[in-house]
Amino acid sequence: MNLSMKWLSDYVDIDVTPKQFSDDMTMSGSKVEGYTDEAAEIKNVVVGKLLSVEQHPNADHLVVCMVDVGEGEPIQICTGANNVKAGDIVPVAKHGSTLPGGVNIRKGKLRGMESNGMLCSLEELGLTTHDFPYADAEGIFLLQGEDANHPLGTDICTAIGLNDITVEFEITPNRPDCLSVLGLAREAAVTYNVPLKAKAPVVKGAGDDIANFLKVQVENPQLCPRYMAKVVKNVRIAPSPRWMRERLRASGVRPINNIVDITNYVMLEYGQPMHAADLRYIKDGEIIVRNAHEGEHVTTLDGVERQLTPDMLLITTPETISQVAGIMGSRYSGIQEDTTTVFFESANFNGPSIRSTARKLGMRTESSGKYEKGLDPATCLPAILRACELVELLDAGDVVDGIIDVDHSPKDQRQIKLDPQYINTFLGTENIPERFMREKLAQLGFGLEGDIITVPSYRADVEGKADIAEEVARFYGYNNIPSTIIRGAAAAQLTLRQKFERRLGQLLLSLGLDEITTFSFISPKYYDKIHLPADSALRQSVEILNPLGVDTSVMRTTAVPSMMEVLARNYNYRNMDVRLYEMATEYLPVEGEALPLERNKLILGIYGGQDFFTLKGIIETILENIGIADYDLRQVKDNPIYHPGRCAELIIEGDVVGILGEVHPNVAENYELGNIRCYVADLDVGTLFAHYCADKEYTPLPRFPAAQRDIAVLCDDDLPVQELERAVKNAVGKVLEKIMLFDVYKGSQIPAGKKSVAFNLVLRQPDKTITDEQCEQAMKKALNALNSLGAELRN
Amino acid sequence: MKEALNNILATAKAELSQVAEAKALDEIRVKYLGKKGELTAILKQMGSLSAEERPVIGQLANEIRAHIEDSIAFTGAQLREKLLARRLEEEKLDVTLPGQKSLIGHQHPLNIVLDEIKEIFLGMGFDVVHGPEVELDYYNFEALNLPKDHPARDVQDTFYINDTVLLRTQTSPVQVRTMEQQKPPIRIIAPGRVYRSDEVDATHSPMFHQIEGLVVDKGVTMADLKGTLEVFVKRLYGEDSQVRFRPHHFPFTEPSAELDVMCFHCHGEGCRLCKGEGWIEILGCGMVHPKVLQNCGIDPEIYSGFAFGMGLERIVMRRYNIDDLRLLYDNDIRFLEQF
Repeated sequence: MNLSMKWLSDYVDIDVTPKQFSDDMTMSGSKVEGYTDEAAEIKNVVVGKLLSVEQHPNADHLVVCMVDVGEGEPIQICTGANNVKAGDIVPVAKHGSTLPGGVNIRKGKLRGMESNGMLCSLEELGLTTHDFPYADAEGIFLLQGEDANHPLGTDICTAIGLNDITVEFEITPNRPDCLSVLGLAREAAVTYNVPLKAKAPVVKGAGDDIANFLKVQVENPQLCPRYMAKVVKNVRIAPSPRWMRERLRASGVRPINNIVDITNYVMLEYGQPMHAADLRYIKDGEIIVRNAHEGEHVTTLDGVERQLTPDMLLITTPETISQVAGIMGSRYSGIQEDTTTVFFESANFNGPSIRSTARKLGMRTESSGKYEKGLDPATCLPAILRACELVELLDAGDVVDGIIDVDHSPKDQRQIKLDPQYINTFLGTENIPERFMREKLAQLGFGLEGDIITVPSYRADVEGKADIAEEVARFYGYNNIPSTIIRGAAAAQLTLRQKFERRLGQLLLSLGLDEITTFSFISPKYYDKIHLPADSALRQSVEILNPLGVDTSVMRTTAVPSMMEVLARNYNYRNMDVRLYEMATEYLPVEGEALPLERNKLILGIYGGQDFFTLKGIIETILENIGIADYDLRQVKDNPIYHPGRCAELIIEGDVVGILGEVHPNVAENYELGNIRCYVADLDVGTLFAHYCADKEYTPLPRFPAAQRDIAVLCDDDLPVQELERAVKNAVGKVLEKIMLFDVYKGSQIPAGKKSVAFNLVLRQPDKTITDEQCEQAMKKALNALNSLGAELRN
Repeated sequence: MKEALNNILATAKAELSQVAEAKALDEIRVKYLGKKGELTAILKQMGSLSAEERPVIGQLANEIRAHIEDSIAFTGAQLREKLLARRLEEEKLDVTLPGQKSLIGHQHPLNIVLDEIKEIFLGMGFDVVHGPEVELDYYNFEALNLPKDHPARDVQDTFYINDTVLLRTQTSPVQVRTMEQQKPPIRIIAPGRVYRSDEVDATHSPMFHQIEGLVVDKGVTMADLKGTLEVFVKRLYGEDSQVRFRPHHFPFTEPSAELDVMCFHCHGEGCRLCKGEGWIEILGCGMVHPKVLQNCGIDPEIYSGFAFGMGLERIVMRRYNIDDLRLLYDNDIRFLEQF
């Protein structure tokens, strides 16, 4: 909402700088986005009079003017314009002046003749013929009438009224009343504690009777709670006066002619959209407010043909559609140069209905923008009277007596009890006097009888005592409310799960992995990209009805593609060693439930200078650190995302926690990662947490020395080392403190299909030094166990 | 003999002064003091001396032996020092050569700041709770006093899943879920991802993060809201930061406010960073709307509360001077490893 400060001064007397005004209004609840000074870009341009206009001696297309700029000596200026003559009053940009767009004017010579400035056109002042209809669009702006009636040398902005300040407000949706000069003036009056100079419009009338011109029938009072009309005959279309054009311009509305300008003026001033229609297009003067018929269409004023649906409200005549209610007129409604009789419509329409229609038709207009917020039906009357008052003031026509008012709007007024005690307690203030509360409420237009507050109809947002507290608070000043600490102690802490997740994060960081954050929505094509089987349940995603694009159209059921995208992007950036993790959420639709299951995953992704065992090592380090000693890794050969020979499931006490492996070369190729090997793990955080052991118990440090023995065996290449290890552990029992693999060898001296595996065993007794004999026994047991798996001692 | 003894001392000293390495020193020790050494050879002749001469020569011989031993020890010490000095000189490093860095990961900047914010609120007695991101329209809008045709719904362009399910546009639905499940006193923050259909650009993203806060108890006042959030801002931005509360509108709070922090750059004068306003908007807040309390089965005549919500991305971007929001979701390690 753009507010003209000149217009505001009709209603309140305040004398503050625009900056101060902006700050004060912002702090009382009307947020100012900024302000602009129309004259800011124009400096040192004055009213001048042409004393003489002579042909330039050296140029056919130039003339040399002597200009009186009120400085005694006239100045000489050359111009190429051909619409000037001696005696004209013109804007003169003197030496050292500036014009809109940062143009600087300096003196100089034009074809040998001195020129001490420039005569300005409308355009050079940033104006159009809409602002000054009498002016020539092309040539020099020749001032006329009141514009010319100034001492020579007067600043041009002052002379032609190009000196308004426009303050731009951000109005929140709960305050449609502030989408008007009057509404903001009321707020300003309360902010500055000055009277609001509001006056009821007065219409003299020119006799006759509206019944002779118009009758109105409203078929759907739900969508049109109120419809008012006034008729003006003998319309005299002309430009509106300067003061009106000025205010429209400052408000960002282009002046057209007196009747159209009046509708815009009243809409800006009262916030009530106003429509003027040429009565000659209203067959038999009959207006029917009705819903559109199935299949009906209309060509709106902007020349676009629009398809209508039965939920849309129309203003019609028996033969034509005059208007899509509250949004835009049809081509049968516009005001023409030869219009002689018009009727003004001041109506109230159902906000949500207007909003829905405007959306469906894809046209948001100034009018619909106001209606959809929900306007006050009571404003229809003063607004239409104001329009007629302006018609008389501008002598734009003769206002016919009588008014049409089809009013179905609710008349009940909301009442709230004034409770100063509650307000002070609620705000934590204790000392705002009741007198202050009453005064501010009264200034805002609330009625007060005893303790009963009557809410004005234009404040539909005020529903209860908390709203009254807000009205008081914002004028008392939010920043005058004290700052206190909430009473009572509160013992907060992270949950065990939250602590677990934090610990996981710390571990991953200390293991050198960088944390990433990715979007939760992906393209369904990403499932193909990771070769997810066609029948995988993970292809059933939560789909977004109105996505921005296919790439963000479904909620991911697996976060692996997000990781792959990031790995690919980093590779593309030529980042060579990459270790990443994400605590990612996956969204799994659940049969029979409205909402999906949101599951937390830990996704790891690495490439460059790493291998499968780097990834496994990271996971094992984490498991060890979170107290999970018992786990299995089971080879997985048939997951198409992963390399069939380099993929494993992590199993803890029978629960599958997730999967880790080298990304299948075909999948890697899809991400243009074909040249490198990358490794991904996909672990379920909840399952990990279920096995997490936060409590640790200390094991006494050994008091007796340990013995170490090595053993190397030859076995089938397919035999997992884990099985050998496990067999040794089981066979040797307690004395085996630790078994460590230190070599796996295939190659020369090893028969094909076999491998050599070497372990180091640490043997210890808790209560005495272990003897050589005991060690030998242990090693014998170990070898027997290995033999039983088909592994033979290697010499 | 006396003369011979003095001679031994003189030659031993002369030889010692020439010693340059440990081996030569050892040779001297053997030559003079060893079992077959010169001094021993002389002492072996002691038997031929008279009874008067024997103690005199014996004493002299002992003195000379002690003298030579001391000299050898002294020279040895000198030698070791010299050798050490040489070694230290030889081992000199160019300390400006690069160090060997240990591999360490980098937390995402969003989570660095989020952790900090969580710490602050945990310290003030706020638990951390979470709610679903795919949410019912009821929780995201209706229960928050935003009925179906409410114009404020336009402000938040929503991704819908169907008529009743959507991607939450704010973390505020967690307020409602918390109040439904927990009776006052309530003191929580709820961080999380939220979604709005904004095209990606330098300042917009269809997915971003918010942190919601809610306090409900008997006698909670707007002054408490101010006090709590002022403490938060001072902990986040420093004790000297200035805040102001500016009236605003949210359908689910009444009164509502926005909290501004005085521009760190211009200190309220107005500059490019704060778009000339002198203040930077940090969060929205307000007293929980009585209708919202009612919708959650909490009697607004007995209880009151306040709520607040802030965007994490903007706080992070300002903290690190990040000028393009897309960097946060691009996950280029050259970016991530700066934090």
